[in-house]
Amino acid sequence: MNAPNASGWRPAMGDVSDAETALVTASGDRALQLEEKLIFELGRPGTCGVDMDEPVGEVLPGLAPFLRKAPLALPGLSEPETVRHYTRLSRQNYAIDLGPFPLGSCTMKHNPRLNEKAARMAGFADLHPLAPQQTARGAYEVIEQLANWLVTLTGMDSVAMTPKAGAHGELCGLLCIKAALDARGDDRRIILVPESAHGTNPATAAFAGFAVENIPANADGRVDLAALTARLGPDVAGVMITNPNTCGLFERDMKAISDAVHAAGGYVYCDGANFNAVVGKVRPGDLGVDAMHINLHKTFSTPHGGGGPGSGPVVLSAALAPFAPLPFTRRDADGVIHLVEEVDAAAFGHSQTFGRMAAFHGQMGMFTRALAYILSHGADGLRQVAEDAVLNANYILRSLEDVLHAPFGKAGPCMHEALFSDDDLPEGFTTLDIAKGLIDEGFHPMTVYFPLVVHGAMLIEPTETESKDGLDRLITSLRSLAARARNSDPSLKSAPHFAPRRRLDETLAARKPVLVWREAVAAGE
Amino acid sequence: MPRYFTEEHEWIDVDGDTGTVGISDYAQGQLGDITYVDLPAEGAKFAKGDSACVVDSVKAASDVYAPVSGAITEVNSALADAPELVNTDAEEAGWLFRVTLADASELDDLMDEAAYAEFVKGL
Amino acid sequence: MRYLPLTPAERADMLGVSGVASVDALFEDVPAAARLPGTVPGLPMHASEMAVERHMAALAAKNVAAGAAPFFLGAGAYRHHIPASVDHLIQRGEFLTAYTPYQPEIAQGTLQVLFEFQTQVARLLGTDVANASMYDGSTACWEAIAMAGRVTRRNKAVLSGGLHPHYTATASTMARFTGDALNVLAPELSATPDDATVIAAIDGETSCVVVQYPDVLGRIPDLAAIAEAAQVKGALLIAIVTEPVALGLIEAPGNLGADIVVGEGQSIGVGLQFGGPYLGLFGCKEKFVRQMPGRLCGQTVDAEGRRGFVLTLSTREQHIRREKATSNICTNAGLCALAFSIHMTLLGGEGLAKLARLSHQAARRTADALCVIPGVSVLNKAYVNEFTVLLPRSARDVVRDLADRGVLGGVSLARLYPGEVALQNALLVCTSEMTTDQDITALSSALSEVLEGVAA
Repeated sequence: MNAPNASGWRPAMGDVSDAETALVTASGDRALQLEEKLIFELGRPGTCGVDMDEPVGEVLPGLAPFLRKAPLALPGLSEPETVRHYTRLSRQNYAIDLGPFPLGSCTMKHNPRLNEKAARMAGFADLHPLAPQQTARGAYEVIEQLANWLVTLTGMDSVAMTPKAGAHGELCGLLCIKAALDARGDDRRIILVPESAHGTNPATAAFAGFAVENIPANADGRVDLAALTARLGPDVAGVMITNPNTCGLFERDMKAISDAVHAAGGYVYCDGANFNAVVGKVRPGDLGVDAMHINLHKTFSTPHGGGGPGSGPVVLSAALAPFAPLPFTRRDADGVIHLVEEVDAAAFGHSQTFGRMAAFHGQMGMFTRALAYILSHGADGLRQVAEDAVLNANYILRSLEDVLHAPFGKAGPCMHEALFSDDDLPEGFTTLDIAKGLIDEGFHPMTVYFPLVVHGAMLIEPTETESKDGLDRLITSLRSLAARARNSDPSLKSAPHFAPRRRLDETLAARKPVLVWREAVAAGE
Repeated sequence: MPRYFTEEHEWIDVDGDTGTVGISDYAQGQLGDITYVDLPAEGAKFAKGDSACVVDSVKAASDVYAPVSGAITEVNSALADAPELVNTDAEEAGWLFRVTLADASELDDLMDEAAYAEFVKGL
Repeated sequence: MRYLPLTPAERADMLGVSGVASVDALFEDVPAAARLPGTVPGLPMHASEMAVERHMAALAAKNVAAGAAPFFLGAGAYRHHIPASVDHLIQRGEFLTAYTPYQPEIAQGTLQVLFEFQTQVARLLGTDVANASMYDGSTACWEAIAMAGRVTRRNKAVLSGGLHPHYTATASTMARFTGDALNVLAPELSATPDDATVIAAIDGETSCVVVQYPDVLGRIPDLAAIAEAAQVKGALLIAIVTEPVALGLIEAPGNLGADIVVGEGQSIGVGLQFGGPYLGLFGCKEKFVRQMPGRLCGQTVDAEGRRGFVLTLSTREQHIRREKATSNICTNAGLCALAFSIHMTLLGGEGLAKLARLSHQAARRTADALCVIPGVSVLNKAYVNEFTVLLPRSARDVVRDLADRGVLGGVSLARLYPGEVALQNALLVCTSEMTTDQDITALSSALSEVLEGVAA
């Protein structure tokens, strides 16, 4: 026979000792765990990753007094270095593409790539917001079609499409309320907000010039109707209610709340952040809502992109519709869609508008994505979205309530998110430890310490795009973490162990803020 | 120097018509690592119970209420660079501001050290 | 349905675990009267990927893309070339489908990008610090006015007549409700900006002056002079930059004394997208940092002493301070900030300078070609890549006529300033490195054509 295996290469496992797991490499990298410097440490002045022609000719003489005194001190990178820098950085991120991302109230669901493809069609992506109207009819039609879906799904009168995100939508709704009150000469200054509300609700009310008062929750995690009704009066402009609420519960008394607020002369704002739980099943218009923003990046799956952009169209009741902001689209009798701006607002019967709340026409790039998503699901698919989202959350709730305390678990099913507290964790173990332990298990943690009405809250929102297998793996990990906490496993207190970074010193960051890179800071390390 | 406490966990040391105000050791423990103290302007006037300054930790911002009415005469400028003094020595070096007492009778509603200790025990 | 993984058998199984007989039982808290018995009436059912793609493509085809015609529009939204690697990188799932970096141990990618972005923006604007971005320039402009009110404890702002009218309108809407007083100066068709009027309007109660740089007509205000006048009265100077590429050529506002600099970052890496999502840039002097709105990323260390990044100074923000927050803003424009940052990294300082220069030279060539047309003149004494052209007839009509001839010739002031009769014949013309000599020829010949026979 010939020499067997002439190269001598045989698969071998090798013996791993404990000391080796603490090995330090010369590069600082560990195989696929790659460290990456800042561009200011990598880049060189004068390097440019874009080829351009050499500018020809002199600068306009009138510009001379305004020219830069010194070159802009920003390093550049070549294209290969740039691609590598950002690709290496991307690998230090968790993402919904990698696994479940059960952040309650944030709604991290799968982002279909068809949406990305649609948004990048040249007719949408490369269209100027002030393009002559005859060259942008397709864009107006996207806005009009999406608006029609939103109005019909919510059973409302109309929709303001321009708000840039959920909190901006809240602002839009409250400005409509204020404009409506102004129009009837009614100087009401108070907005009532439940304690369980998103922080944006009271912040928006204050930003819009209202004073904020809290309304308490009752023992089963819902708005205390009696307390709310007792507070209503001639100084109350309206209420802001999140429904389903941040405890993951439907506000059963929503219609009664709306009726009471209307009877007292106020308006009802609904925070629609959790509309994904009821889309296709319940129309907020049937519950007496006057205004509700819809986070397109939550319910209709436009990508979150590491913190934005969002988009927050606001559906409006007939009472508030006349005050909606500019611009908006309107179809005329001939079927032609117009963009109604300042110049023709009166001609289109909209002279009571509160005006403009941002430049241009809203988050068009999100509209195309949301419309592609909505058309894909259709009325039947969207109903299934809500049902599966709620089913997945209840499956989580019932699969964990014996090991984690579920403060409202006994009261009945939850909606799209399951809420747990730190009540069952032993002394010395906190919600934060469970969250950081989940990182080591390969999952993104749930929302922690929110809503404020539950101590050590853990809010788990699986969404409808999680498979049963994905849920089962998450449940197994959470049960294991709860057991480790019960057994007072000290390693849980120092988790995560396997992430790109260990726990970070947030106190240091806040006491001595370093917000931009400076040479001296780097040298002092 | 008599020391008084409020139910909102401020303390005040009274020396003649001047009071020195801070937050209690119990309060700093509840807040966790303090990262920043937003001190009032010298000369600012507050009524008893007004928010006079804000103490930030990483995940919370807490108002400090004026335990008595009066005008601010001095603030603890050491806190600008070392807010952690409120953690390490809340009831001495971590004081926040000094105030002239507009109405000494307002002290009558406050707790002494022993009463405050009882009050904290009940929380 | 292709986006829903659960099978009917799994659903049945999971209902059992959930302790209910049917999915309807999970919705028992919804009052029966509000529960729809079936699908929402009046809406179509689900559609295949192919069908939806066809639908969207048909809508897109009804628009004239900027790249499909000679293109000269600006006025707050700018078309520059975006390198292919920018759009490729922002579509990596780890960036695209990540959430706000609330768990820093597994979000260092996003956080380091934000730290780099903040540094790039601060250097570009000439400020000490910058935040992790706002919705867009117009909303960031109001945020800056509100912030100046907190810093100075005054609530009277002076807005230059050269500020983009959409920005002015946004601020006016907010001021109407918050009770702030805005002194909005009238736009004027003059060769130089309204610096003197702005300076004269500042008094001892002014919280801030808001000046666009270059202004909406492309003119360049003397920020240093305005900053000095503001400082004397204890007011802040807020500079607004809608075309940050211009800062490759002209001095950064922060270096001229602006206290807060706000920008629309769209022109670097983001693309036109019919107006959104865009990218609000926000920088200021370090001493004002705790009054800033929006998210901030800061450097720190982890438990092993390694450098890392976190969101910081969060006690300014709504999720902690609630009604006492510096702003209600929650979402930033993370993905757009990433695109900006990648494009900026590819360009570097020298690349941006070149880009600005090329855009400027194209503007000079365009201006030279237009002002030989009878009845047409250029207003500006100075400009970078956008200038105002005076026409012998309504600019709005001219824009329409040019579009009918396949040329996207500019933005009419009539559209931006309805009702301002004196401005009706003025056209904003904008260029970039993408403007070709053929584009310029097409514009000048089409304009000659549509102005033919109009008395100058």
